[in-house]
Amino acid sequence: MKKLLSLAMAATLAFSVAACGSSDNTANNDSAAPEASTEDTTGDSSAAEDSSAAEDGSTAAAEGGVLKIGGIGPITGGAAVYGVAVMNAANMAVDEINAAGGINGMQVEFQFEDDEHDAEKSINAYNTLKDWGMQMLMGTVTSTPCTAVVNESAKDNMFHLTPSGSAVESIAQPNAFRVCFSDPNQGVASAQYIGENDIATKVAVIYDSSDVYSSGIYEKFAAEAANQGIEIVAQGAFTADNKTDFSQQLQAAKDAGAELVFLPIYYTEASIILKQAAGMNFEPIFFGCDGLDGLLAVENFDTSLAEGVMLLTPFAADAEDELTQKFVSAYKEAYGEIPNQFAADAYDAIYIIKAAAEQAGITADMSASDMCEAMKAAMTQVTVDGLTGEGITWDAEGEPSKSPKAVKITDGVYTAM
Amino acid sequence: MKKLSKTAKSSLITYGIVVVAYLVCEILMKTGHMSSLMKGILVPLCIYAILAVSLNLTVGILGELSLGHAGFMCVGAFAGAVFSKCTAEIITVPGLRFVLALLIGIVCAGICGILIGIPVLRLKGDYLAIVTLAFGEIIKNLVNAIYFGIDKNGMHFSLKDSMSLGMEPDGVIIIKGAQGITGTPTDSNFTIGTILLLITLFIVIHLVHSRTGRAIMAIRDNRIAAESIGINITKYKILAFSVSAALAGAAGVLYAHNLSTLTALPKNFGYNMSIMILVFVVLGGIGSIRGSMIAAVVLTLLPELLRALNEYRMLIYAIVLIVIMIFTWSPGGIALRERYLPAKLFHKREKEVQ
Amino acid sequence: MSFISYLLNGISLGSVYAIIALGYTMVYGIAKMLNFAHGDVIMIGSYVAYIAISNMGLPIPVSILLSVIVCTVLGVVMEKVAYKPLRQASKLAVLITAIGASYFLQNIALLLFGANTKSFASVVNMEPIQLAGGQLIISGETIATVVACLVIMACLMTFMKYSKAGHAMLAVSEDSGAAQLMGINVNATISLTFAIGSALAAVAGVLLCSAYPALTPYTGAMPGIKAFVAAVFGGIGSIPGAFIGGILLGVIEILSRAYISSQLSDAIVFSVLIIVLVVKPTGLLGKQIQEKV
Repeated sequence: MKKLLSLAMAATLAFSVAACGSSDNTANNDSAAPEASTEDTTGDSSAAEDSSAAEDGSTAAAEGGVLKIGGIGPITGGAAVYGVAVMNAANMAVDEINAAGGINGMQVEFQFEDDEHDAEKSINAYNTLKDWGMQMLMGTVTSTPCTAVVNESAKDNMFHLTPSGSAVESIAQPNAFRVCFSDPNQGVASAQYIGENDIATKVAVIYDSSDVYSSGIYEKFAAEAANQGIEIVAQGAFTADNKTDFSQQLQAAKDAGAELVFLPIYYTEASIILKQAAGMNFEPIFFGCDGLDGLLAVENFDTSLAEGVMLLTPFAADAEDELTQKFVSAYKEAYGEIPNQFAADAYDAIYIIKAAAEQAGITADMSASDMCEAMKAAMTQVTVDGLTGEGITWDAEGEPSKSPKAVKITDGVYTAM
Repeated sequence: MKKLSKTAKSSLITYGIVVVAYLVCEILMKTGHMSSLMKGILVPLCIYAILAVSLNLTVGILGELSLGHAGFMCVGAFAGAVFSKCTAEIITVPGLRFVLALLIGIVCAGICGILIGIPVLRLKGDYLAIVTLAFGEIIKNLVNAIYFGIDKNGMHFSLKDSMSLGMEPDGVIIIKGAQGITGTPTDSNFTIGTILLLITLFIVIHLVHSRTGRAIMAIRDNRIAAESIGINITKYKILAFSVSAALAGAAGVLYAHNLSTLTALPKNFGYNMSIMILVFVVLGGIGSIRGSMIAAVVLTLLPELLRALNEYRMLIYAIVLIVIMIFTWSPGGIALRERYLPAKLFHKREKEVQ
Repeated sequence: MSFISYLLNGISLGSVYAIIALGYTMVYGIAKMLNFAHGDVIMIGSYVAYIAISNMGLPIPVSILLSVIVCTVLGVVMEKVAYKPLRQASKLAVLITAIGASYFLQNIALLLFGANTKSFASVVNMEPIQLAGGQLIISGETIATVVACLVIMACLMTFMKYSKAGHAMLAVSEDSGAAQLMGINVNATISLTFAIGSALAAVAGVLLCSAYPALTPYTGAMPGIKAFVAAVFGGIGSIPGAFIGGILLGVIEILSRAYISSQLSDAIVFSVLIIVLVVKPTGLLGKQIQEKV
């Protein structure tokens, strides 16, 4: 009896393995190894052509072939809000580029895979994309998975541009670049801004000690604060399991007489903090980093609570410039939401890939590895004007050089300081 | 044919499945017929199979519900990763380094199992479940707060932040709180994973069929009766619990050496993971070692195979979970199954928890 | 002075835990199952109230009522579809189904409402009470939650003690087999329990999100677990136990954050739980069950 059971179970197992095997055989004849992925484009391009031709009626795809860009990020689970924003904005940018004739005449195909903000799942997502025939990677959205994926993409020598993986280790390999600021960079910049503009000397910090982004910024902020004559009078940590109530951290900051509360956290928690602070008549200056962007876009948020909040961010959805306004209105129309900074990073990332690919003269018949070499060289040469900064350039380490804009929320809108 | 006993035959089949699966995968890999996804997921499959088999020892054999299994995995993972990172330059043979890391991870997790088992195993049922859940969360929380570094003055340790370590500039921070450990050598591979799985199976199957195993099952079936015939309840309970914990530690070491980054997120070491492992055990058949192994493999592959569904994937997964449970456990489901499926396909369930 | 304000903060947080724990403990007491999906019913309740208030512009009492109705229906349907077929099955099977239901609700909310945070407008329009010259502030939400919690607790206890349905619940929780023999409709009683538990979840959701106004598909998960801990802490199945457990949990959490370590407060809370259970294995007010051979 047990034998029959085991046979049945083994059959299931064999079936599932075979299912994987066969599904990849069809998609993967050509891309088992990265260097072989060149043939893959020729194999698949006819189908892709049809779809892209049907989409926008252009015939440009015919001669240039197809460039397959993969994306990875969380679209389910607690961090889904960031992944969904990146996916949406990247799709939008890709559609725009395809409608305008593609990159070097190549139509762009973009596929986004879920990683649930988990390092292991992101490796699975990366491998799935490789099976699909990905030639460049735009991801991953969150830092820890990015750190795991970057090692894999380095082994394959796959060009890797992360829109928002901000930890130092996230781009530790030569094939990886990023669009956003690094965590240390933001921590230091915040401390310098506060110090140089004499905004406050007594500062309290509330940060998420279980989050890479938040604790990364906090550490560098605290180190730089000493140099700027800023005294950290209270530091309140919270964890992912403990982010419902912030009254204790605020109370401690209030009791310590903090003039400014530094919030290197995301806007969801910040919206609670602002409400609780108002509830206890605590009115310091709140100062945040790019994670706070999106605060005003929280549906139904009482923006009067955010009055006077300062943040260093590369992107503000209310900015006056034409590029931002065009992006924001198009995004709103397509997805019914105001885009956050992650969306802006992703939108830029696709255009950065376009700029670098044009600089490098990427063609569809190059292998992923050759593309990576060409892109690596081109990335340090291009200058991109994007939503998240003007005249962005990259060093060989992959770090962007752009200056954060300091903005202040007044009357419910961001205003430059 | 009747030379082997029924249990020996059953365990040989279990080993056989693993070996055949391993060979099939190796052949597919060598001949280039395996997708990158499958190549990447082989080691995680081994990890989850080990976890499921080891948890089955607590849930199926000992009959106690544990919701903190991921905590032991976490202890093993961090202990092993710290060792490997510290000795990455001293021991250059990856195999040796991994084996040592493995031993350290197993011992640490086993000790945790004993320490936790002593107070906790006095509790029963749901209270035991909630306390193990609490322990898992405590471990995750502690690991997230640990800062640990080495410089020329020796080891530095803090529960606050990396500044309070007071490190010399030449020092290396090994564990950076929530940022965890990065740059662990990726020493594990599918062969090592399979060997570990086989060892786990051997230990568990052997234990179950030994005198000790029978004593443990006697406690499960009727604690008072077992006590009355002189079985030392505490000893056997702690034995089973700590072996289960140590094996989870082994899975943790494998996990830590599979990816280059190790952080204790709620997703990978929180109660969610413990529950995931429990799902493998329950779906595979409580008490059935082979079942939990196969369920772990199938359920880990399932979300990956459903990738085409994109954001609907986890929803479908949830529905599959509920439907399978109802199909296998409800009277209606059982009746349906008996009518349409050959009855022998499903073996009789072993005694369940409480 | 700061100690008192920490204490007040703790009570404020604890009262939210307590109100969730009441629903948990009801269901556990009668159905003897850990309903892991309870936290997610709370989240659904908050979304319904959010949509009713902010998108449809309904008055607040109507919105809360709507949320209660939706959650009650959801609870009963969930019980009928997912839990009832497994009444005779292993406890573990039910646990796994509850987890499946929890994943299901989270993901359906993700698809329906999106991942973006929504800011829940408070349903409590009460001026905060200021004491000691503005040093101590008690928010309207805290008062509303504590009052709601006490009222619900009193109603539940009266209901259990004096109504026929309440007696039926007690009988089912003691021994469902014997209760059935005595002519009690066990299925109806359990359905009623789920209905009450889920209605409480809707109220809890509205109050949770009024106090902490960030609403996402995962809002319910962590408070749900914490409230579960609170219910165990007070002795699961006991209605006053859930209240005491919730308040104590909130106070311990805030005080340990304030005076010991803000990073390790979870560890401290869980350690206290373990110590309590090791000393008193059925929680603070739990009944000791005699074991029979």
